[in-house]
Amino acid sequence: MPKGKAGKKKNKEFYNPYSVTNAVKKGDIFTRLSMLIMGLGNFARGQIAKGLAFLILEAAYIFFMIKTGASCIADLIRLGGAEQQKYWNEAKQVYEYTQGDNSLLMLLFGVATLFITIIFILLWRASLKSAYKAQCMKENGKKPDTFVQDIKSLFDKNLHKTLLALPVTGVVVFTILPLVFMISMAFTNYSKLDSHLTIFNWVGLENFGKIFSFNSSIGKSFWSALGWTLIWAVFATFSNYILGMILAIVINRKNTRGKAFWRTIFMLSAAIPQFVSLLLMRTMFNREGIINTLLQRYFNLSEPMPFWDNAMLARIVIIVVNIWIGIPFTMLQVTGVLQNIPEDLYEAAKVDGAGPVKTFFKITLPYMLFVTGPYLITSFTGNINNFNVIYLLSGGGPVTDLSSTSGKTDLLVTWLYKLSVDQQYYNIAAVIGIMTFVVMAVVSLITYHRTGSYKNEEGFQ
Amino acid sequence: MKKMSKSARIGKKTSNVFVHILLGVLAFIWILPILFIIMVSFKSDPGLQVRTLLPDVILQKVKLSHPDMFANVTRGFIPTLDNYKKLFTDTTNVFNFPQMFLNTLIISIFTCIISAFFVLSVSYVMSRMRFKMRKPFMNVALILGMFPGFMSMIAVYYILKSIGLTEGAMIRVALVMVYSGGSGLSFYIAKGFFDTIPKSIDEAAYIDGATRWQVFTRITIPLSKPIIVYTVLQSFMAPWLDFIFAKVICRANKDYFTVSVGLWNMLEKEYIYSWFNCFAAGAVCISIPIIILFMVMQKFYREGVAGAVKG
Repeated sequence: MPKGKAGKKKNKEFYNPYSVTNAVKKGDIFTRLSMLIMGLGNFARGQIAKGLAFLILEAAYIFFMIKTGASCIADLIRLGGAEQQKYWNEAKQVYEYTQGDNSLLMLLFGVATLFITIIFILLWRASLKSAYKAQCMKENGKKPDTFVQDIKSLFDKNLHKTLLALPVTGVVVFTILPLVFMISMAFTNYSKLDSHLTIFNWVGLENFGKIFSFNSSIGKSFWSALGWTLIWAVFATFSNYILGMILAIVINRKNTRGKAFWRTIFMLSAAIPQFVSLLLMRTMFNREGIINTLLQRYFNLSEPMPFWDNAMLARIVIIVVNIWIGIPFTMLQVTGVLQNIPEDLYEAAKVDGAGPVKTFFKITLPYMLFVTGPYLITSFTGNINNFNVIYLLSGGGPVTDLSSTSGKTDLLVTWLYKLSVDQQYYNIAAVIGIMTFVVMAVVSLITYHRTGSYKNEEGFQ
Repeated sequence: MKKMSKSARIGKKTSNVFVHILLGVLAFIWILPILFIIMVSFKSDPGLQVRTLLPDVILQKVKLSHPDMFANVTRGFIPTLDNYKKLFTDTTNVFNFPQMFLNTLIISIFTCIISAFFVLSVSYVMSRMRFKMRKPFMNVALILGMFPGFMSMIAVYYILKSIGLTEGAMIRVALVMVYSGGSGLSFYIAKGFFDTIPKSIDEAAYIDGATRWQVFTRITIPLSKPIIVYTVLQSFMAPWLDFIFAKVICRANKDYFTVSVGLWNMLEKEYIYSWFNCFAAGAVCISIPIIILFMVMQKFYREGVAGAVKG
């Protein structure tokens, strides 16, 4: 078994002689029979409670599969199903409805059954390993662990199993299962198009084709949303980073008085719940909002500025508001690092006659990029997924092309939200989600690589 | 430094003055929206229009001495507490603010207990225990973080619906589960903190016969006050700040709205005219505790990042 060997090499640190392969190869009759009847090996060596637990779980799984699981898997493969139909009931002399199928529930239960099956397979492996372990211990003249010893080890040597059990269950149920469910939607025709909202089928890669073509309306929306997402992420990240750093530097200067006071003021705006400040900003930039009132009063504008109705203006306003929102956060993050820059670097620069601008670009910025590189990457990916700012400010609008499903300031994520919650194009939304993931993964991979090489070139330590 | 020429000193002084003026202007810009929302919360006439923020007393005096100024404004700003009164007493209407407040409080208390337990368990395990699935788990956490968080929202909704948690009072349970369910993935900061606690302390305890569970509960946890406070506060604040999940799961069930969904609804087209001032009042009421918590959290975050035991 080449796979087993490779695995062994990789995990040498955690090499476990009680593996499934060994159990099959070297196990005695009880151990091998445990493959069929889980827990048998444990019974044979006197681990009654453990064996019973394995046996009950196996029985429960088989019962579940016979009762509902098998049909769920069949439904998952088939999808589709019968629509609700009206038929004439002779006996009662009324029209009645047959119960229609719901492909969405089929998909959900199917995926859930797959998860249960995977968990069962892991359990099966565990039972085999434990049977083999018990066999080995008996052969070596040792007493197999008693039930009490097993429980005790869960609070000592195996504490990680105890502590991880609940959190991992939470992650599986609330993150991984829904994610798999959504990803599988990308390969169906689940959308309001041709009314496939209750009954839908697998369609393979058709949706991906729609997204990538330049001709369809969805394809056009996708490329323009992707472009704006990247532009937005670049501007939002770097404007906040550079300006926030300059602010932190100005506050940190030797001769600035009341450092704590200035910091508190800027922190105050970071501390307000974001949805409050963003909603407030939205109303301030409204047609009747205070900004337009002031502009009309003091600059004699005849018409209010259409901040949210003009694509270009909306984009600029969003970036400017984001600067207001983001700078305090950068300042908080950066202040500590700035104080750690070795003083002698600045002294040396001064001796060489470098001005403040040159010092900033030659010393401060490279040092900060070196130390806060990971922060910069997380904030870049965070901005690609920055739902709040866009949704609460412009709502993705203005929608200039009425046939399109996205507005001019829609990021991929806000478009995804609209597609699924408002417009019911679930399959397209799922594809967008996958594409967002791809963009994020590519960006992270490239930038992590870059920071790595950067580190090798000039370590600041 | 003493030998600095006169012109250089003057130059330094002017640049110093300039910096302080700049900071003052910036601080004003940053504080302005906050002042604005506080003013609006005391405003008496409904709607978005804000004619003037000058107090009425001052405005009338100015008008007496300079009749041509503020020609188109007749009345100044007269502060009133009516918006707050309406917010807290008008519970029969569309928005029942005390109820929303209570909902959010209940949800956030349970959320912070559960998520703090999850986060601390996972971080301790990742920091101190070595087992086969450790690296894979950390990589999976990294990859899962790259999917947009609410891509799974629709799916989560259907999962909760299929186990009957999307109707009536169960909505609160559903929201607690949504906020705390996946929290095991955000272990990085707490793990970094646990890494700074010297392993020698643990080893000394093992020699004395302590189990790992005892080390975790009697040694690590008591040493980790800053990071525990930080984790608890952060998860406590999540339900007050989040609005996407709450909106999808509450839908139109007004009785179970959280504060953020309620406030967001106040700015919908049909309510904005009569509820804008109340929105401001509500925002002020929510922001003050949140600001205090945020400041406390920042303090503990700094302590946490600085490390546990010195030396």
